[in-house]
This record gives sequence, structure tokens and C-alpha cells, in this order.
Amino acid sequence: MSESRIGAETERGLDANSLWQLIAVRFREYMREPEALFWSFGFPILLAIGLGIAFRSKPADLVHVAVVNNGPRSASLAEALRRDKGLSIEELAPDSAAVALRTGRVALVVQPDGDGGVRYEFDDTRPDARIARLMVNDAVQRGAGRADLLPITEQQVRERGSRYIDFVVPGLLGMTIMGGGIWGLGFSIVDQRRKNLLKRLVATPMSRAEYLASYVISRFVLLFVEAGVLLGASALLFGVPMRGSLIAIALIVVVSALSFGGIGLLIASRSKTIEGVSGLMNLTMLPMWVLSGVFFSSENFPARIQPLIKALPLTATNDALRAAMLRGVDLRGLWPQLAVLTAWMVVSFAIALKIFRWR
Amino acid sequence: MSPSNQSAPALFVRQLHKHYGDVRAVDGLDLSVAPGECFGLLGPNGAGKTTTIEICEGLLSADSGDVELLGLRWDRNEKELRQRLGIQLQETELAAKLTVEETVRLFRSFYSRGRSVQDVIRLVQLEEKRTARLGKLSGGQRQRVALACAIVGDPDLLFLDEPTTGLDPQSRRQLWDLITDFKARGRTLMLTTHYMDEAQILCDRVAIVDHGKVIALGTPRDLIGSLGAEHVVDFAFGEGQDALDDQTLRGLEGVRAVRRVADRYELQVGALHRTIPALLSLLAHRNLALSHLTTHSATLEDVFVSLTGRQLRDE
Repeated sequence: MSESRIGAETERGLDANSLWQLIAVRFREYMREPEALFWSFGFPILLAIGLGIAFRSKPADLVHVAVVNNGPRSASLAEALRRDKGLSIEELAPDSAAVALRTGRVALVVQPDGDGGVRYEFDDTRPDARIARLMVNDAVQRGAGRADLLPITEQQVRERGSRYIDFVVPGLLGMTIMGGGIWGLGFSIVDQRRKNLLKRLVATPMSRAEYLASYVISRFVLLFVEAGVLLGASALLFGVPMRGSLIAIALIVVVSALSFGGIGLLIASRSKTIEGVSGLMNLTMLPMWVLSGVFFSSENFPARIQPLIKALPLTATNDALRAAMLRGVDLRGLWPQLAVLTAWMVVSFAIALKIFRWR
Repeated sequence: MSPSNQSAPALFVRQLHKHYGDVRAVDGLDLSVAPGECFGLLGPNGAGKTTTIEICEGLLSADSGDVELLGLRWDRNEKELRQRLGIQLQETELAAKLTVEETVRLFRSFYSRGRSVQDVIRLVQLEEKRTARLGKLSGGQRQRVALACAIVGDPDLLFLDEPTTGLDPQSRRQLWDLITDFKARGRTLMLTTHYMDEAQILCDRVAIVDHGKVIALGTPRDLIGSLGAEHVVDFAFGEGQDALDDQTLRGLEGVRAVRRVADRYELQVGALHRTIPALLSLLAHRNLALSHLTTHSATLEDVFVSLTGRQLRDE
């Protein structure tokens, strides 16, 4: 087969499709940049793992109590206390019980006194000692036959969805979407403008709409992979719940990706230097990292600035993701956040396309 | 001449003006390039060559003036013009992470008709580097990729802005060969350069541009011939000796013009074998000793110097 025939054959189909070629270029440039792969996949997962370990839910600590072993009543007292699963009971000789209390190994020392009563020794400035005093006394009095006057019911809330890791994973996802949209578009476009490559492309018959579409489409594909990896890893490693429908979660991801894409495009629309655009990107993202409830709830900020915080696109993304993932809120309940995101998307795209510098 | 008739020029520029602040980059420039011609804009850096060519390429807008390419205009026929023009900008960094083939294929995909990717890569002699990333190529190889991207749409009119600036002599010759090949296909070419040898070798006609205006226009041979001198004699005396006046030198046999550049004298002469003996006997008569004497055939550089009193390149 001759060279020219090979050449002639390759110009058909996808090879000749300019949108496909532009998208392929986006992916090639991305895949050939190992750092970019780490920042979009490795970093959020490592962060989730680190935070998950640091804030893992531990079983409630046992309260250590010593019973002084000085007669037949102490054995039955220890027996009664052992029935409370929150207490860890040791029977010790009087002097070793005193040492254990002084060194903090036990929070409370219990001993039967001469006239049928019970005597407690503890440091009342230590919170765990006061808790031990309450728990032990409760067990002692019940063992002696005291009954509750009022019926109570209690429910232990330690379920999936209310742990710190459950709070932080949607925040990390929101942060990834924001970073991908703003960095992914902003940096790459300004780099091409700086190198005169944008001007060179505009000097061809290339469609400008296709050029911008190639960014949006490639961001989407990468985003779904990134979001899938992050959510999959947190579900597998930490059991982070996904209570809402996948469609609702996917819609939040799409709308927020478009609005951050628009913001990225707007940031990149005029800058000619990497330094300039980096400054603008940090200026945009830093307030949202702090205010929009990635690592801690945005409710911690004063009520007066809450309307402002709610209007930020990352707040809307995080709130919507948390509502859908943790509380199973469906699309009807998500419209305020989706409306905020859509407004950002429309306004930023409209301005960006108007002022975009192609040359 | 009406640009719309059959013998219409491939490129027609009339009374082009463009200023940046107080600087008049292009100041009433006229050009007409015939189909199939290789036309050169020659001038020093800052003469307005790049501004002119970028206005022609539709990348800059002029303050005033007319530009017509292939009988088409930017305000009415942008889509068709983009399909029919090939453009190489002065400084473009193509994506370093893409291979030669991926880059050329991307540019090919923008054109509705054109040459095959493999053909163009072979034409610029990069077949062995087809799968190499641009970041790994030499400057000359990258410049050939840029040329491949400019010609992959099989353009009717090709613009090259300083195509060999910064290249080593061997890479420059390779590019000259490629440009000559393109000319041989009967396509029109306009290039800018500040290398006189490049203009002399490649161009059918040259416009010498200075301060945004065409100050001379013609074939390289005619322009050099217009000096009325085929050779240039360049000489100087040792320090502390009396100067010769221009009048005396002009009186020597065969001297057409005299110029002084610092402490050096330049004589434009018709025939060396008459002027040199006359010069030497004049010097012997005045008891002057030469510290420097060279001769060369007249070039476009000498044309520029005689027109402006300045060197083309300020080196």
C-alpha cells in the first residue's frame, strides 16, 4: 500500500471531524500531564481518606472505675456495677485503688462503708470523673431497688449520613467540580492565548463554537469520571450514603459544572499571562473555599452575610449535593440551589462570550 | 485597475493605515500581488511588516484602507477566505504535548478540502518524526510543522511571517526548499523577512518597507540594478589620518555614489577593475594607509542603505 493511499484513507470519518479532533486534543493534553491526573483523581480521594481517619466515629469510651476489695459486700457491689456495659470495673486493694485514682487510671473509687451505704472518691474537676459518679450512682441505686418515676424512651443517633465524613465528601465533590471548571478552562485557554496558539487557530476556518464546546465536553467526561471515583471510593471505604436519586445527583453535577465552566471561561476571557489568570482564579476560589461550607458548615458565619453566602455557586453546589446525598431530597426540593447555579451559568457565559479575546 | 476582473491580483492593498497610540505602524501602504507570484515584504524590525500581513490575514483591523484577497473581502467573505488562505504567524508555540501527526491532523480537520496529512508530513520531511511530540523537536523541525499546518488546507494564498527567523543556516535552506516547492505548484505566496538573502532567493518581487510605507518596489534584480552599481567597495583608514571629502571620491572612475558610515567609506561602483586602482593611487598620492578594504556584489541591503541611510539589521 502506498503512502499516499494511507494518507487519503485517514482523512475520512472521525479523523476529518474537527469537533472530534479538538476533543481528542483536550484529552491527549490532559492524559499526558501526570500532575493533572493526580490533582483531579488522587487529591480528593487522599483528602477524603485523611479526613475520614482523623474524624472517624469511635465507640463511646468505657468509664474506668475501681471497687475497693475490703469485704463480702464489695463483691456483690462489683457484680451489680458490671451489669452496666458503659463501665469497666476493677477490684483493687485499698492502697492500689488510691494509686489508680491518683494517676488517673480510674476515674472513681467505690467502696462499701460500714453502715450499708456506699462511698465515692473522685476528683470533681474532671468531667469524666463526674460522669463516672453519675453512672455508678445510678447503677448502685437501681441495684438497691430504685425505680424510675417517669417512663423514658431514647434513640441512639450514630447512623451513616450524620458523621463528619458524610458531611465532607459532598463538599470535596463540590470543590472538585469548581476546581475542574475554573482550572480546566482558565489555565488551558490562557496558556494557548499566551503562546499565540489561539490566534493561530482563529486564523484557520475552525469554528469558535466547536473550540469552546471541546472544552465543555471534555470537562464533562472527566468530571463524571472524577465524581464517580470520589463517590465510589467514599462509599466503599466509609459507607458514605447516596440517599437521593442518581439522576438528581447527576443533574446537580452537570449544572454546577456548567456554571463553574462559565466562570472559568469568564476568568480566562481577557488574560494574556498565566500569572494574571492564576491571580484571578485564586481570588475567585479562595472566598468560596472558606465561605461555602466545604470543610465546615457555612451556618457558622453571621446571619447577616448568609444571603451572600447562599448566592455563591459553591454554596449552592454543596448544599444541593448534601441535600440529595445525605437527606435524599429530590429535584423539587433542590430548585433554589439549581436556580442559583443556572443564573451564574447564564450570566458568566454571556459576559465571557461577549468580551472573549480570540487574538 | 479594477480588482474584480479576470486578471485580478491575488492580493490588493490600497492606502492602508494603522496606528498604535502615536505610532503609525502602517502609513498609507499600497501593494498588489499577482496570482502565482512570490512576494516579499522586506524591512527592518518595526517597519510595519507584521502589522501589514496580519491585516491582510484578517487578524487585525485597519484604521482605514482597502484589502482584497482572491477578489474577496474580510467583511463579506470571511468564511470562504479562511478556507482558502494558509497562514504562518511569526511566533506560535504549537502544543508541545501533541505529536507531529496529531497536530497536522487537527489543522487538516478545519478545512473542507486539502491535502492528506501523510502527504504534507512527507513534504516537510518529518516522516521519521511523525509520532514524536513537538516538545522534543528542534526549532527548525517545529518551524516545518508550522509550515505543514499552513499548507495542509492546500491554500490558494499563503502568508509566511518571518518564516526562518531564529533558525540555523541549514534549517533555513531546508525551509527555502519547501517554499520553492510550494511556489512550483503555482500558488501565490507573500512573506515578510528582514533577511535580504532570503528575499533575494525566494521572491519574484519585493517591496521594501520602512516606517509603514513602501519605499521601493520591484524584482530583486531591478532593485539592485537601480543602484546603477554592481559592486560595493568598503574601506577605512587608520586612526588620526585626514579624511577624504566625498567630492574627491565621487570623481574617481566608475564611482556612482559615496556613503560614510561612521569612519568607513562605502563606494557604489560599476566596475571594480577600474575603480580599485584609481582609489589606491589616490591614497598613495595623499599618503594615506588603509586599515580595512573589502568589496562585495550589491545586494538588497545596499538598496535599503542607499534609500534610508540605515542598515537593514541593527547588529
